[in-house]
This record gives sequence, structure tokens and C-alpha cells, in this order.
Amino acid sequence: MGSSLDFGWLGEAFAAIARGAGITILMILVSALLGIILSVLGAAARRSRQAPLRYAVTAYVELIRNTPFIVQMFFIFFGLPTVGILLNPLAVAILAVTINLTAYGIEIVGAGLDAVSRGQKEAGLALGLRPRQVFVKIVLPQALKVIFPALSSQIVIMMLESAAVSQIAVKELTYEADLIQARTFLPFETYLVVALIYLVLSIALRRLLQFGGRRYLFGGLA
Amino acid sequence: MIEFTFWDIARNLMLAARWTVLLSIVAFIGGGLVGLAILIARIDRRKWLSRPAEWYIGLFQGTPLLLQLFLVFFGLPRIGLRIDPWLTAVLGLTLCASAFLAEIWRGGVEALPRGQWEASASLGLHYWRQLRLIVLPQVLSMTRAPTVGFLVQLVKSTALTSIIGFEELLRTANAINNATFQPFTVYGFVALIFFVICFPLTRYVDALEKRRA
Repeated sequence: MGSSLDFGWLGEAFAAIARGAGITILMILVSALLGIILSVLGAAARRSRQAPLRYAVTAYVELIRNTPFIVQMFFIFFGLPTVGILLNPLAVAILAVTINLTAYGIEIVGAGLDAVSRGQKEAGLALGLRPRQVFVKIVLPQALKVIFPALSSQIVIMMLESAAVSQIAVKELTYEADLIQARTFLPFETYLVVALIYLVLSIALRRLLQFGGRRYLFGGLA
Repeated sequence: MIEFTFWDIARNLMLAARWTVLLSIVAFIGGGLVGLAILIARIDRRKWLSRPAEWYIGLFQGTPLLLQLFLVFFGLPRIGLRIDPWLTAVLGLTLCASAFLAEIWRGGVEALPRGQWEASASLGLHYWRQLRLIVLPQVLSMTRAPTVGFLVQLVKSTALTSIIGFEELLRTANAINNATFQPFTVYGFVALIFFVICFPLTRYVDALEKRRA
């Protein structure tokens, strides 16, 4: 049994790993941005007065939360071409990640909206603001501040889960690892290095979200 | 070419789902037992025990499960074992589950008032009996909602073992899809089976959380 590890291939593989990590980061940042916007819209829709809209959002959330991400992705990836829609793998991946992230995001943002006391809304209305202004300027910022840590965690979890998109040939970090190990015949070493890169990425992403959230989102809100 | 009727697809998928359920149960029990050991190390006052447990948890929570499965899969031959999808799936999911469960339960231990430890110490119980009779029962009951919530995650995670060649629901679905080219039917049915398993558990978690609130 070979117990010594061989890392001689690292120099050569560096460019491929960096490229893959770049795609992974790009994918999660785009999906996170879209996901947060859609989550806010979804959470608002879930509290609307239209019952069908509320039910539709709830059905969407429960359907996504109770099925595996990779099944959702295969459903989209293999399904869309049969109805004549051809997307490249990266677009499918971003779509699937966004759809998944949004379902959890709606739950999280909804919890944040519940946490803002009714008095805030009533005070806003009493000041003569329109309901939409009250939501956007008073309730939502406070809700986001409360739930931002939970939202950040979910984004990090989603980045780790996005390793599965290597299965539809998106050229991200795990896909590059698959290629490298096929060339070097050193699968254990390759996946070990790439797993540690994911670890660093997840710590860095968490820091970035914390810092960015504090600095840009809640700047005027102590 | 063999014709697949809808019934053929449904029957094959439901048969494959048995492996998904079995793997979920085995990994949940295994993860619970290993997780308990990790928890005990994690809450120990001695740093040389709690630090490694903390790293263990951070390592499994900070890396993708797919790569953990790859590492177990290709790691088996290095410790002199044969490559085996079932063993990889059980071992990989057990290790991952143990880290998540240990962290969930640690939250419960932190939330437990210190008085519980002090009271049980003043009754003359030594550390292990405090843990077994007073602390753990309360922690497990307090954390039931997140524990069952994690079980839902675990059931969904079993789908990833299809990639390392374990013949569960998704792997069977891929084979059927390759033969029938009916992705919406095949993957839709797979999603439905996962939903039927997970949704009652999710409702249970919601009910537990509501009761507590």
C-alpha cells in the first residue's frame, strides 16, 4: 500500500485549479446576487393578500427544499433540450443554483420580516409613507440585518453543494480536479488539495459576506 | 430496443429507492454514534481533545460532500481495502453526518443552563453520569428539530453517492433516462420519491419549532 503522498503535479496544475476556482466563485456570486433579490420578492409575495400567489410561493419553497439539488439540476439540464431550449452548462448551473438558493432564501428572509415588530410598520404608515415605501425603507433593511448571518451561511453551503455541477461538465473547481486526476493518476492527492481549496474559499466567502454586509448594506443602520 | 412503460420506470425507481432509504438510515445511526463521540471530545475542558474535534467539524462543514466521498473512495485502497461504492457511501455519509450532528448538539450543550451541571455535581454524580443522565437527555430533546432537519439534508445527500457508483435512486434514474430519453418523467419521479420521504420530516420539524416558539 502506497502511503506516501505525491504533490509533484501541483506546479503544472496550478493554472487549471485557479481557473476552476474562478468559475466556482463567479457562479456563486452571480447566483447569490440573483438569489437574494428573488428571495426578497418571494418573501414579500408570501405575505401578499393574493392567496394563489402565497400558495404558489409556498409550493415552490417546499418542492425545492425537499428534493436534492443534483436531481433539480439534472431535471433542468436533461429536460430543457427535450422542449427545444438549449443552454450551455454554466447557464444551467447558475439557473439551478439560483433556484435552489432562492427557496431557502425565501424562508430566511421571511423569518427576518416576522422578526421586525409591527410597530415599525405602523409608525411608517403614520408618518404618511406609502406601504411600498414602508416595506423597502423601513421593514426590509431591519429584516436583512437580522437574517444576514443565516443568509451568508446558506450561500456558503450552496457554494459547497455547487461541486455537483461538475457532473454536467461545467468547468469549475471539481471538474478541473476530475481532469487533473485522470491525467496524473493521483486521485487522492488531487481531491485532497481541491477539498482544502474549497475550505479556504468557504472561509473567505464567509468573511467577505460579513465585511460586505456590514460595510455596504447596513452602513446607515447602526 | 426494450420499451419502457411509465409503470416500468416507476417500479424500477421505487425499487432503487429502498437503497436510498437504507443508506439514509445507516448513515444517520452511524453518524449519530460517531457524532456523540465527537461531541464529548468537543465539549471537553482539555484543549488537546476539544481542538481536534473542532477542526474535524470545521473540515467536514467547510468542504463539499462530493469531495469527501471521492477522498473516501480513493482513500480505501491506501489503507489496504478494496474500492467499494456501498462502503464508501456509508463511511462518507457517516463521517459527514457525525460532524454536523456534533455541532448541532454542541449548540444544545451551550444552551443548557450551567445550573444543570452544578446541580448534578452537587448530587454527587461524576462527570460521565452527569453527561449521561442529566445533560445528554435534555440536549437531545432540545435539539430534536435541527436533528431531524439534518436528517432531511442527509436523505437528499444520498443522491451524491450515485456519482461514486452506488446504485441508489439517482443512479438508476440516470440509466433509465439514457434508455428512454424521458428526462422530465424520470427525474420528476425521482424528485417525487425524495419529496414523499422528506416532506413529512420537514413538516415534523416545522411543528416542533412552532411548539417551541
